[in-house]
Amino acid sequence: MNIRENIKTLIIEKPLKLDCGQTISKFPLAYETYGKLNENKDNAILVFHALTGDQFVTGVNPITKKDGWWSYAVGPKKSIDTDKYFVICANVIGGCMGSFGPSHKNPETKKIYGTDFPVITINDMVNAQVNLLDFFNIKKLFSVVGGSMGGMQVLQFVSNFPDKAKTAVPIACTSSHSAQNIAFNELGRQAITADHNWMDGKYNSKNTLPDKGLAVARMAAHITYLSKKGLQEKFGRKLQERDDLKFGFDADFQIESYLRYQGSVFVDRFDANSYLYITRAMDYFDLVKQFNGNLSNAFKKTKTKFFIMSFTSDWLYPTQENKDIVIALNAIGANVGFVEIESDKGHDSFLLEVPDFLNALKNFLDKSFLESNDES
Amino acid sequence: MKAEYNFIANIIEKNSTVLDVGCDDGTLMEFLRKNKNVNIRGIEISKEKVQICIAKGLTVIEGNAELDLKQFPKNSFDYVVLGQTLQAFINPEIVIKELLRVGKKAIVTIPNFGNWKVRLDLLFKGTMPITSSLPHEWYNTPNIHMCTIKDFVRFSETINFKIVKSLALINKNISNISKSNIFVKNLFGELGIFLIENK
Repeated sequence: MNIRENIKTLIIEKPLKLDCGQTISKFPLAYETYGKLNENKDNAILVFHALTGDQFVTGVNPITKKDGWWSYAVGPKKSIDTDKYFVICANVIGGCMGSFGPSHKNPETKKIYGTDFPVITINDMVNAQVNLLDFFNIKKLFSVVGGSMGGMQVLQFVSNFPDKAKTAVPIACTSSHSAQNIAFNELGRQAITADHNWMDGKYNSKNTLPDKGLAVARMAAHITYLSKKGLQEKFGRKLQERDDLKFGFDADFQIESYLRYQGSVFVDRFDANSYLYITRAMDYFDLVKQFNGNLSNAFKKTKTKFFIMSFTSDWLYPTQENKDIVIALNAIGANVGFVEIESDKGHDSFLLEVPDFLNALKNFLDKSFLESNDES
Repeated sequence: MKAEYNFIANIIEKNSTVLDVGCDDGTLMEFLRKNKNVNIRGIEISKEKVQICIAKGLTVIEGNAELDLKQFPKNSFDYVVLGQTLQAFINPEIVIKELLRVGKKAIVTIPNFGNWKVRLDLLFKGTMPITSSLPHEWYNTPNIHMCTIKDFVRFSETINFKIVKSLALINKNISNISKSNIFVKNLFGELGIFLIENK
């Protein structure tokens, strides 16, 4: 991968004991910030990214030269208003946008880790990121926000650090990865490892890339982010730059061409081994089990105000799984609001222009911010 | 703001915890938060209304009182308020029991079907009554279990809960309902307001 001088990196000196048992220290955590931290240092929002996201939340991503993954939601006057809030986002460990991950060199062996990189978890990810609070000298975040895997990190963060966030917004997520979630992730991992060029994860040193496998993984995953209705309306059976079927295996249909394109652009920006590690972290996520079958116990110590959102057409992290979190919070009298947003854009709704979602997010944050200022 | 909100606020003690079931656009919640400094939550079935509540900075969950009250443990709130929606539930008995499980006390308001206007409507027209507070036709009304003030009092005896306070709203005035005046209140009351608790 190319030299990335545009990436801000914090070296975490403090040793971090990972769930797998290994301890890492002096590891890099790449991050980006937007907006200004105010004098009281009480306007910071930590945004957690999803599986294939990175720290470049909004504006132009300096590496991919494309819009940041949450440009609809984050920016001046947007839902997460960078005129008002100081937004921090870090690349998760295990990722491939500068944070400690499998494409890094092992300082001892001087070789790229590949699959020798320790398996990481959602818990490890948030434990790494909490160091950013010390770095910016922030005692308490105004909010922790994230969708999908970002939402899982929100839940884990509040559970680990019950007094470090005033509000929390987990979006379209779950407290425990379902069999179906694991199944789709396994499909992606198998596609990668079945690619001859994967070379047991040592492709970096062999100057090859498992592009085909990673692209297939992305294509399969991409389908799970959309809804049947959304796909049907956008593509239907429309043909790709042709008037008739060609009786072959070229991309006859627009949906085929679309998926191939999604796969091909993904391999330019994402590392195959990171894909293995991050999907594994999601699969291992089970906050219910972590608290012996009672999710409520994860939040017993917190006064954080929650706002949870799900989407009607999201079948990957369906409303019921989001509601289970609401139920667990209500069971202990926690402060929680919930709304299911009407959208036919599937799981991806949280990344797209869905006005009801963007308005609700903005209203919740802005009103809560006013409220917390009144209190202090 | 509805006329009865003031009277509901009068019943609720300051600094208590309140759940507004079917909180609509959050008007009562805002009113109580401002005037009674209560810690208040809401449940509302309509997504649009939930959005309005969020925009007001209220903590509301989208949900159905018949299905979603069960997530709250016993005595989660000092008061649970159910405003003019008891008649819309498939099983009001279960709802009342749930209100009294989740709340230490419940405040239930009912549009009074025993009001003289309703009675006259049926008597003279011979069709299902339509009034300003009950504007629907029989086939599209959400109010499938209408009752009168008298019915509600009898209901308390059959399913065994205690009415601590009962008020009738007549022409924006409030008055106590007692055993001796219930005939009159049931005839003129537009709305019954009941503070109830478990026996």
